[in-house]
Parts: sequence; structure tokens; C-alpha cells
Amino acid sequence: MSTSTETIEQLASREYKHGFYTDIEQEVIPRGLSEDIVRMISAKKQEPQWLLDWRLQSYRAWLTMKEPAWGNITFGPIDYQHIIYYAAPKPKKKLASLDEVDPEIRATFEKLGIPLDEQKMLSGVAVDAVFDSVSVATTFKEKLGELGIIFCSFSEAVHNHPELVKKYLGTVVPYTDNFFATLNSAVFSDGSFAYIPKGMRCPMELSTYFRINAKETGQFERTLIIAEEGAYVSYLEGCTAPMRDENQLHAAVVELVALDNATIKYSTVQNWYPGDKEGKGGIYNFVTKRGKCAGVNSKITWTQVETGSAITWKYPGCILQGDNSIGEFYSVATTNNRQQADTGTKMIHLGKNTKSTIVSKGISAGHGQNTYRGLVRIAKNATGAHNYSQCDSLLIGDKCGAHTFPYLEIRNSTAKVEHEASTSKIGEDQIFYCRQRGLSSEEAVNLIVSGFCRDVFRQLPMEFAVEAQKLLSVSLEGSVG
Amino acid sequence: MLTVRNLHARVAGREILRGIDLSIKFGEVHAIMGPNGSGKSTLARVLAGHPEYEVTDGQVTFEGEDLLAMDPETRARVGVFMAFQYPVEIPGVNNAYFLKAALNTVRKHRGDEELDAMEFMTLIRDRMKRLDMDESFLNRPVNEGFSGGEKKRNEIFQMAVLEPKLGVLDETDSGLDIDALRIVANGVNAMRGANRSFLVVTHYQRLLNYIVPDVVHVLSDGRIVRSGGKDLALELEDKGYSWLEEPVGKR
Repeated sequence: MSTSTETIEQLASREYKHGFYTDIEQEVIPRGLSEDIVRMISAKKQEPQWLLDWRLQSYRAWLTMKEPAWGNITFGPIDYQHIIYYAAPKPKKKLASLDEVDPEIRATFEKLGIPLDEQKMLSGVAVDAVFDSVSVATTFKEKLGELGIIFCSFSEAVHNHPELVKKYLGTVVPYTDNFFATLNSAVFSDGSFAYIPKGMRCPMELSTYFRINAKETGQFERTLIIAEEGAYVSYLEGCTAPMRDENQLHAAVVELVALDNATIKYSTVQNWYPGDKEGKGGIYNFVTKRGKCAGVNSKITWTQVETGSAITWKYPGCILQGDNSIGEFYSVATTNNRQQADTGTKMIHLGKNTKSTIVSKGISAGHGQNTYRGLVRIAKNATGAHNYSQCDSLLIGDKCGAHTFPYLEIRNSTAKVEHEASTSKIGEDQIFYCRQRGLSSEEAVNLIVSGFCRDVFRQLPMEFAVEAQKLLSVSLEGSVG
Repeated sequence: MLTVRNLHARVAGREILRGIDLSIKFGEVHAIMGPNGSGKSTLARVLAGHPEYEVTDGQVTFEGEDLLAMDPETRARVGVFMAFQYPVEIPGVNNAYFLKAALNTVRKHRGDEELDAMEFMTLIRDRMKRLDMDESFLNRPVNEGFSGGEKKRNEIFQMAVLEPKLGVLDETDSGLDIDALRIVANGVNAMRGANRSFLVVTHYQRLLNYIVPDVVHVLSDGRIVRSGGKDLALELEDKGYSWLEEPVGKR
């Protein structure tokens, strides 16, 4: 049976459920970027001198850098002097407890399905809620504190645990790393901080929910997670933004550090506003995420489900420094309508007998362009390193595109590197088969897509796997006639 | 229950069906036989609503309703099931999940309660026994990595779970060895009853030894050229199809 594209091609409008705006009194700083702005952000956060100095050296480095142009993405020029680098809801007074979170903000998160009352939360999940440039609430802080686990906003960590921040900040993603990471280092506002002490298995999922609300602002959050010897933590982030005609920049940095025998699982469900059908508006998601398996037998797993954003540019990677350390990357990236994604990972093998696994599933519909870009580097001394990569692309319709750019740099002859890739199309025959069993076309596509993504969804914590699946079906809504 | 009047249909611009008339009552099993290219499979696919086949003339009513006006999923929900000649693979989706989704859609349409996981498992274990299927099958992806025989058995298994009013079997016997053929036939026979009919499309008489039809139709060049009892199939086996195509006067 041949595949007729005609019926698969009828694109209808999709709906973005999280596109509302919360009208709230804001504290914003003047637009544009300069040393004064960097100083102003630092002053607002009452930061110590060493952090201001770090920001300033980042800013000076950034002035000498150029936007990267190698991505398989196209976008108009970004006017960095037009962006507002700091926006925060005006605090009515100092919060003594979660109950005092501004009702408007509370309602916003409630609407997004993230209640900030601990008793209403999914059991076993602690949430840090970030609204524009600041963290507005962190749940279960005390309970985790009793176990010696620190889970708080980045700003709080700077004040309460400066020795930890100072020790690890910029050690995985140096301030000179790349244009967007360097920009972040200069102007980052808030984010989450987690520290799991030696031998502790964090008993609940830690999660951060990022919400962009203010207009013409960028969000530059910074997250730092440290797992001490033998510690374990599973962390999840989610993100949404209002629908707006102009593009908004989101340039985050995430650093993970796993010491001897530690494990960090980091999962992302990204649903920033993708722009409208014609590609107007949407978030530019230019993010640098990297984990360092610093200790022996340590393990870092990145799982990402990227359904939103006008453009996604991110390569969560692992530096496998400790001997026998393991890095994993599981990714589902969808592009519908005019969305573009250039995403993948970097696995840098330095230690002996290090292992990495890459499973990437790209789904393109409409005019979406989906690129996998992955680097596997095996250093000279990384004896016995092993990498397995699998990159699959699924096309819905024939106006979209899938691209794969694997880079392999092998400097040790004992390395074992495997790469598999496939491209398939949802066929009219598959859809008809499902329909003949009573399922609608939409249900059929969702079923086929979820089957395609199964290896990745399996990596997500249960509740979020369900959420991710739902999100995926919304993001592909209308992609089949 | 099913009435086909003067049905004309084409695929890729070529006319395949040139005026089919057919009437099936509740409880009957009709066999459609004919040489390759006579339009047997086209008839099955047109009844199921395959989007590549275009009906150019004629009517089909199913329990008094206009079947051709329904989309494929509605046909499935009102009780028309087609066992595919080439069952399609759906990687990553396990059989149990797929079947549960299908069954609950069909049940919802009929106004029955959706089955929960326990009730569903009880039902399918029973049906699996009927078709001599191994439990491990439930966790395997739909048709992926199945042998030809397993795929065909899976089709009949799905039919046994979905319990349609009309089962259309499109060359279900092709590629089956004799043991598998017997299992498949037993599965179908177990479902025969006063409230269910079958249209069995086959090239060979062999299947009809096991699924004994009430009526046999012979299709040639898009038309039914002969209809008769089960003996007609034996006659065909004996003489081949060529004698049917000769002008009536010479017979």
C-alpha cells in the first residue's frame, strides 16, 4: 500500500494551553545591557562582591563573543539592548511561609497544574517555582532540610551556602563557554539549587517550574545540582510562557556535579510558547546544560521532552571524568508548524571504562525542522570507553525536515562506538489500520508517536511520563487531516 | 444485514469493481473467490473504507444504514471488522495497549462501559486460549517482528476481542501452514452465530474446508459471475477459474 500524503497533510491550528498572562505589579529594570545593568541585578539580589566580580568578568568576555552561527536554525537578529534583563513580581512583604505567596501568582501556578500548597502536591515531589526572574516559592524545604538536603532558589543558596556555590559555580560550564552561557553568567537572575549530602538518596523528586510572564524580558536562570559521594537525586523541570507576538529569549545554564558513586537524573518537559502557525512569536530556547561525572562510578542521565519553543538550541552533555562513570541522554524533540530544533548531546569520555548511551527521537510535522547534533569524544586516556547512539526521526507529512549530524572524535583505539539511525514516516496504512479498529486519526497518530517515543518516556518518572505523553499529543494536534 | 448494490470502485484511477451485487443475512458466511486481480481484496477494502479506494457508483447498506457515508472508524465501531491481508506494524505500541484502546472505543460507541485493566485481561486471556496464543505476545509491539502466520492469527484474535457483527477476512489463509490454518479457522468458527456474519475472501478452496460457507461467489473482472453453495468452491478447485471466463454459450 502506498502512502498518500494528501490526507496526512492537512494542518489545522493547534492550541497552546498555557498562553495566558498574569497581570501583576512588576518590578523591572531599564531595558538593555551594560556594566551598570549587571551591577544593578547583583545589587537587587544583595550579592557578595565575589559574585559581582564573576558576573562582570563574564560580561566583559561576552562583549568579545559572537552569536554562534553553526546551528541548523534561522532567526532574525536579536537586539540585546532591547531586552529587559530583570523582572520580578513586587513583593508585598517578606514571606514567612508558603501561605503568603501572592494569590495572583499562586493562582497562576494553580492554573498550570502546579499547586504550591504542600498538601495538594503530587506526593513525593518538591517544587521550586520560578516566576520571571525570581523564585517565588519552594515546597518541602524544611522536610528535605531535616535530611541535610538543600533545595532552594539559587539566590538563597548564594546567601545561605556561599561556600558551595563558590566551589562549584562555573566548574562545569565555565563563564567563557559560549555566547549564551556567558550572557547568562553575566545577568542570570534565579534558578534552583540542590545539594544532596553524602550517601543520601533523595526521597522525593525535586522539580523546578519556570514561568515567563513579563513582556519583553528574557529569562536567564541558573541551576546547580551537586550530588555528594553515593548520593542519588531525580530532578525535573517544566516550563511555559504566555503567547506573544514577539520572540522572547530564554538562555539558561544548568550545571550538575556527581561525585564518587553518585547518580543524578535530570528530566526536562519543555513547553515554552512555540509561536503561532505562521511562526510569529515564541520563545528562543538557547540553553547550555552539562553534567560532570567527577567521581568514579558516577552516573548522570538527561531525559528531555522538548515540545515547545519557536527555536530550541540545546545539547545537554556529560563530562565522564571519573573512571567507570556513565552518561545517558534520552530525548524526544517535536517540531510542528514553523518550529525549529537543533538539539542533541555531548558525551566527553575522559575516564577509563566510561560508558555513554544516546537515544534521540525527533518528530517533525507541518513545516517543522528537526536536527539532531551530537558529539561523542573519546580522549586519549579513556581506555575501554563505550558509546551507543541511536537517532530516529519520524516525519508527519512531507513539508517538514529531519537532519542528523553525528560527530565522533575517537583518540583511543580501544573505544567501542556504535551509531544507529533511522528515518520513518507515519504511513497512511498505519493510520488506516488503527481506524479500522475504531480509533480516530488523531488517536492513531498519538498512538504511533507514543510508540516511537517509548524508549524515552520509560526514563521519565511515572507521573511525568503521563504528562509528557499528553503534551506531545497536544503539540501534534491537527498535524493529520 | 449487508446489502451491496451495483458497486463500482476504483483505485489509482483504475476501475476495479464494475457493479457488485451482494446480500448477506445475519448468521451467514459468504465466500468470495476469484483469480488474482478480479477485485476480491478491493471489495474487502472498499467495505472497510480504505481511503485509497474511490467508490464511483452504487450503494452499500449495513443494518439499514448507509455504510459508504461512514468514515472507517465509524464502520469499525458499528461492527465491521476487516482482517488485513497485510497486517501493519506499529513499533513501540504493545498489543495489549492497542487492543484495549480499540475495544474501549468500540464499547463506548455501543453504549457499553469501558473495561478496566482486570476485566480486559480476563477477556483477552480467554480469547488467547481460543487462538492458542502465548501470553508473552501481549507485551510485544503490534505486529512488529511477527511471522506471517502470527500476524494473521493476531488479526483473528483482535476480531475475537472486538466481536464485530460482520467479519471481513481478506485472504487470511495466504501464507498459513496447515496447523495455523486450522487454528485460525477454529477461531472464526467459534464466533459463528445468529448475530454475526462473515465475508471470507480467498483465492483457494482449502480454507473453505475448515470455514464452511453458506454461499460462494465467484468474482471475475470486477463482477460476480457465479454464486452457489459450498460445492461451487470444490468445482472451482477442480476446474480452475478459466472456464468461468468463457462466454456462457460455450459452457
